[in-house]
Amino acid sequence: MIIAKQKDFADILRMLEGSRRVFIVGCGECATATETGGAPQVLDMKRRLEAEGKEVVGTDVAHSVCQELDLKRLLRLHKEAVERTDVFLVLSCGAGAQSLRDATTARIVAGTDSLFLGNSLRRLDYEEKCSLCGECVIDRFGGVCPVARCSKGLLNGPCGGTDHGMCEVNPNKPCAWTMVYERLKQQGRLDDLKVIHPPKRWDQARRPGRAQWRPERSEESRRVHTRTSACTLPGADEGSDEGSGS
Amino acid sequence: MSSFREACRAGSFVVTSEVGPPKGTDVRGVLGDIDRLKRHVHAINVTDNQSAVMRMGSLAVSHEVVARGGEPVFQLSCRDRNRLALQNDLLSAHLLGVRNVLCLTGDHPWVGDHKEAKPVYDFDSVHLIQCVRKLNSGVDWVGNALQGATDLFVGAVVAPDADPLEPQLYKFAKKVEAGAEFFQTQAVYDLEAFARFMRRVRELLAGTKVRVLAGLLVLSSAGMARYMNRAVPGIYVPDELVDEMVCETKEDAVETGMRICARHIRRLREEGLCDGVHIMAPGKAALVPRILEMAGLGDLG
Ligand code: SF4
Ligand code: SF4
Repeated sequence: MIIAKQKDFADILRMLEGSRRVFIVGCGECATATETGGAPQVLDMKRRLEAEGKEVVGTDVAHSVCQELDLKRLLRLHKEAVERTDVFLVLSCGAGAQSLRDATTARIVAGTDSLFLGNSLRRLDYEEKCSLCGECVIDRFGGVCPVARCSKGLLNGPCGGTDHGMCEVNPNKPCAWTMVYERLKQQGRLDDLKVIHPPKRWDQARRPGRAQWRPERSEESRRVHTRTSACTLPGADEGSDEGSGS
Repeated sequence: MSSFREACRAGSFVVTSEVGPPKGTDVRGVLGDIDRLKRHVHAINVTDNQSAVMRMGSLAVSHEVVARGGEPVFQLSCRDRNRLALQNDLLSAHLLGVRNVLCLTGDHPWVGDHKEAKPVYDFDSVHLIQCVRKLNSGVDWVGNALQGATDLFVGAVVAPDADPLEPQLYKFAKKVEAGAEFFQTQAVYDLEAFARFMRRVRELLAGTKVRVLAGLLVLSSAGMARYMNRAVPGIYVPDELVDEMVCETKEDAVETGMRICARHIRRLREEGLCDGVHIMAPGKAALVPRILEMAGLGDLG
């Protein structure tokens, strides 16, 4: 999932300067799992903003903010609030924040910093194991990706900085090449380490990415697809008795 | 033609040292170092944004070595340049009379003074070696014909004290396969361990003419030795040497560091442990000719 970190509240306030009426959008997928922009965080943000004198005209947690069609439908449900909105504060990833662009002309502010595509090791503990390089080569490396997991993305073995199996760039991170070596050794495939691998083909990962594989769709699948996934945040419309001004 | 290459091919015990370009435009120090070294060593390495600290270019200073009658080893790291820029610098190096290049991965920007810089590493050092060999053969990386090939003697580095060592040796073998003709090692102090390392290396090099130069970093104090043991991955100074470096005065410590270095050179040479030495004395190039004198290598002939 996409690992994003909520920005400091002071920074969020700075970005919201000059805009009074705020609509907060959370996301039911990654941002909920990482506890950066799920229902509790949206609610908490609402209270904190109100305490700072902002008017929160609406809040919602989309099923997944990066599904642009779903998001449009969601905003339609909040038509009135949306019309009064000066600024949308989005607590998903940067991609989700940009989903809104087509649905509104209001300002959009991302309240998070998007970090990486992360595996969840346990609750609130994530590690990057793939950097979406466009051409997967882990079959050559015992299933350990040196593109993403070696700090230098080295494809032919370790740099000189491996220290007791840890990385010179981050002493808390195991050296990816020690991991590759250990794994291949365990599998009896050390000869794989003799092969010179060519540099990555970065033309396979030209940015910005775009993929269009849409097959012609049947009438039936069209109908299935129109289901919307809006969910209204419990408690979002309750009074802001706790955090308001005082 | 590189005379360093000639010496390597002839099987002489080769000696290199190194200078670091300045941070800024005042080249008096580095030019002085070049002049102090050029008649005493086969070649002078010019470091490339060493330790990821931004400095004057290694290519420009390599050219100064040529202009002053010395022979440079142009250090080229993959950290700051993509494959276009690397080849561009290699062709420029040829134009400027540079004939030796040392292919490096390069320390990560995070350990240097521009931590926010984007690391490149489009190529790794193995690719860079392959690339130099291609340019030497008259084609660029993708196979386009060059109008005029380069003539570069290509070297690489290896870290004998890497932990774990095995993956490092696999990479060493790839560098040889890619076409590296000489190696300079990370600084070594434990000659017993180095001898064991060289036995492995010699096996891998059987049937080749690849030359291995042991890296020797001149100690200047016991504190420096302890610091490296603590903070520099891949460098290990044995306790006896740290103890030996404990001296009354700074001057004594410098003398002792020189004596240790000279002793190591002698032993490496007499026991035929390697094919040459690469002596590093950052900021103290003047010591190198004296160390060589002490080691019986005052005249390289
Ligand atoms: S090789 Fe590329 S696609 Fe495969 S895991 Fe690594 S970064 Fe991801
Ligand atoms: S120590 Fe290992 S993981 Fe870190 S940069 Fe070097 S090879 Fe890559």
